[in-house]
Amino acid sequence: MKVDVLIVGAGAAGLASAYSAKKEGAKSVLVLEKGDSLGGILNQCIHSGFGLSFYKEELTGPEFAERLAKEALEEGFDLRFGASILSLTKDKTATFIDKEGFHEVQFKSVILAAGSYERSAGAIALPGARIAGVLTAGQAQQYLNYYGLLPGKRCFILGSGDIGLIMARRLTLEGAKVLGVAEICPYSNGLRRNIVQCLDDFSIPLYLSTTVSKVFGTNRLEGIELSKVNEKKEIIPNTEKVVECDALILSVGLIPNNQLYDLLQIRRNGARGSAVDEHNMTELEGFFAAGNALHVHDLVDHVAEEGISAGKWAARYANNEYLPSKKKIEVRAGEGISYLLPSYLRLDQEEESLSFLFRVKNVEGAGTVLYRLNGEIIHKVNRPFLLPSEMEKEKVPFSLLKGKEGVLEVSYQRREG
Amino acid sequence: MFDVVIIGAGAVGSFLARALSRYEGKFLLLEKNLDVGDVTSMANSAICHSGYDPLPGTKKALFNVIGNQMIQKIASDLDIPYKQIGTLTIGYSEDDYQKLLGLKNRARLNGVPAKLLDKEELFSLEPRISKEACCALLCPTGGIINPFLMVVHAAENAVDNGVELHLDEAVIALSYERDIYKVKTSKGEYEAKCVVNAAGLRADDIAALLTPPSWSIRPRKGVYYVLDHFDDHFVNHVLFPLPSSKGKGTVVTPTTSGNYLVGPTSDFIDDKEDFTTDAESLRKAKMDAMRLIPSLPFAEAIRTYAGLRAVPSTGDFIVEEEKNYPGMIHLAGIESPGLISSPAIAEYAIRHFLNKRLSLKEKENWNPKIRPYVHPLKMEKDARDTFLSLHPEYGEMVCACEKVSKGEILDVLSRSIPCQTVKAVKKRTRAGFGKCQGGFCQVKVVQLLAEHLHISPSEVLYSGIGSYIAPYQVAKGTHHEG
Repeated sequence: MKVDVLIVGAGAAGLASAYSAKKEGAKSVLVLEKGDSLGGILNQCIHSGFGLSFYKEELTGPEFAERLAKEALEEGFDLRFGASILSLTKDKTATFIDKEGFHEVQFKSVILAAGSYERSAGAIALPGARIAGVLTAGQAQQYLNYYGLLPGKRCFILGSGDIGLIMARRLTLEGAKVLGVAEICPYSNGLRRNIVQCLDDFSIPLYLSTTVSKVFGTNRLEGIELSKVNEKKEIIPNTEKVVECDALILSVGLIPNNQLYDLLQIRRNGARGSAVDEHNMTELEGFFAAGNALHVHDLVDHVAEEGISAGKWAARYANNEYLPSKKKIEVRAGEGISYLLPSYLRLDQEEESLSFLFRVKNVEGAGTVLYRLNGEIIHKVNRPFLLPSEMEKEKVPFSLLKGKEGVLEVSYQRREG
Repeated sequence: MFDVVIIGAGAVGSFLARALSRYEGKFLLLEKNLDVGDVTSMANSAICHSGYDPLPGTKKALFNVIGNQMIQKIASDLDIPYKQIGTLTIGYSEDDYQKLLGLKNRARLNGVPAKLLDKEELFSLEPRISKEACCALLCPTGGIINPFLMVVHAAENAVDNGVELHLDEAVIALSYERDIYKVKTSKGEYEAKCVVNAAGLRADDIAALLTPPSWSIRPRKGVYYVLDHFDDHFVNHVLFPLPSSKGKGTVVTPTTSGNYLVGPTSDFIDDKEDFTTDAESLRKAKMDAMRLIPSLPFAEAIRTYAGLRAVPSTGDFIVEEEKNYPGMIHLAGIESPGLISSPAIAEYAIRHFLNKRLSLKEKENWNPKIRPYVHPLKMEKDARDTFLSLHPEYGEMVCACEKVSKGEILDVLSRSIPCQTVKAVKKRTRAGFGKCQGGFCQVKVVQLLAEHLHISPSEVLYSGIGSYIAPYQVAKGTHHEG
């Protein structure tokens, strides 16, 4: 089969991409979804707090999914559920498999929107036994919200990522005792509102600069050992404290699903997704990325916005309305910045401004975001504070970069004193 | 009355069961865990050692070399992923070169092909090796194997050929009267002409049920890292440092599925149930590995584990008949290179002990192969499309990371060894082995197991007895969040 725009994943990024690609005039759009519903992970996020910026109202995950799906379906696109992509090649051919068999599809542009996966106990080399009762927050969410099953009655949570915080509340509401949340960093990694609404409101303690130094149990979890850590995140001896619990929920970060980039040998960005330009296009022409598959977002609203952008440019590219120019500027994360997108700029479409997305490495007090082109400061933004847990989005006037080439470095300079 | 009761369905017990299944007779394989090959046979370096390293004249040297010669045919008959990629033992100095020369001589005495490489030859084979490496001993007959399927398929083939397998059944007493053994278990009692003790870490405890053994088993723990698979080839061979008194050292090796394995460390412990990893040992394994390959991408680590080697007090494999107890055979202390030695140990045990007592007669209809697996994606286009149209469940992916279909999972569930746990499915199919470690697929595997076993998903086990994953049903009508 042949399509203009192929989209991998029907979560928030994929649906927004499909909507936008059709709106922009793509004649045929095919979405491949490995699951059997539209909206991806949103469907297991039955709590509210979604949509505040994208829809200007507060929705639950399934509500956000339903609304976005409805809008996309009204535009009309082809959809395959239970479809697993097997290969993707630079000559713009994908193969996938579903209940109907093996398929090959030729596309003009593709949007990789396959989301992210959770860092596991193995990935953080969690010391101790490998036993039942240690789950990721997403797994716990699936068991609880899809099957009505609780992993334990006395739960402890490692990592203060948003899903962990949400699960602390969720498990409490379903009758489990959540004994606490340990965070290895000296600051929380979740949104402020989630700390308040999911921990403070339920008197669940948050232990900062603390990690799980051992898990115990023969076949099932019987307890954990907590230890304090120093600034280098090394365990401080003789600070151990044993907590008896029957479930340890890990909320220790998400990683962009980079399997497809790796297949194509696309360069990675600093967040383990792919390097992209200001139109969400990777270094391979016609290959776009959006959502958590590109970098991990705090809010689905930003994911949807990214999908809208990717869909638009993928459609224009497929329709030969957009011919990418060469890379003009390499963008680098400077001091204080953990990662930054886009990774490079083509500057081939005159726009009012260019958006930069970044996270800081540490909790930062008042200071300035500095944009240096080839060493020279071209733009500054003063900020009262910045948190690693919150993705920042800043706009830089296009005119400042128009016609320029070289290296743009973005850094954060804390004000002295 | 059984001709042979085998205690322990690890690599040794399972290969013995398979070897015995060639003969007429009644054979019983007992395993205390919920699956075969769930202890030492599961958590090791997944290597087919060439046999260059054991001291010449030892049982380790003998069985390793014979086992290595047998493995190609076994892997082909039993559909076990196996690759003869060769091993490299790395030296960093002139001193090391002399030691490698000594090892080369040992290889010659053991009948193992080996070649000394200079720096240039080494770097052409392993471009990412540490710049400090200057020489290596290449043993081309060494290789890698899937240790899970090696044991599972050996046991499955044994069962297909008539061996009885009882899982979840621990031996609690042994007695010998009027030339007959009585084996009492947690579930029943059996009579047997011969008993084979292949109880791994517990072999000394099992032996002691009959008569106190002159030897003992002490666990030696090793921790490992598993890294994801990439297109990039970080390592092409099994890489060893120079062996020491503590063993062969921390290995860096690809696996048959394209992952990379780093480990083991080597520390004697006393608790035979202690499979915990610890930060210090993991750090050490990582440091040792980085000494071999400085660019190893530990950011792509997906799992850690600990394995226990069953180290015998005698220093060599214990393959013998108990004195004054004819027909009571110990196959014990099968530490490294135990995995690759196990098929050879099985043959030896039959020829030297069991056959003498039983006068075994070969079957006419023994089938050396397991029921073939179907890999539609490896078929020719037309065959693939026809197959998929008849078996749509092979198009339904359960594990996206490792591309495991529902059809493959239903296949292993329908085989002759019952799968009772998520781990059993994982070992057989690789569902949950990938970068998300079951983050997405575990819940689906739980559901398939629940359907297959006619139980509630809350009752599904992860690996051992009592290892419930999500055991509590939420009270109905409490979904009040939102």
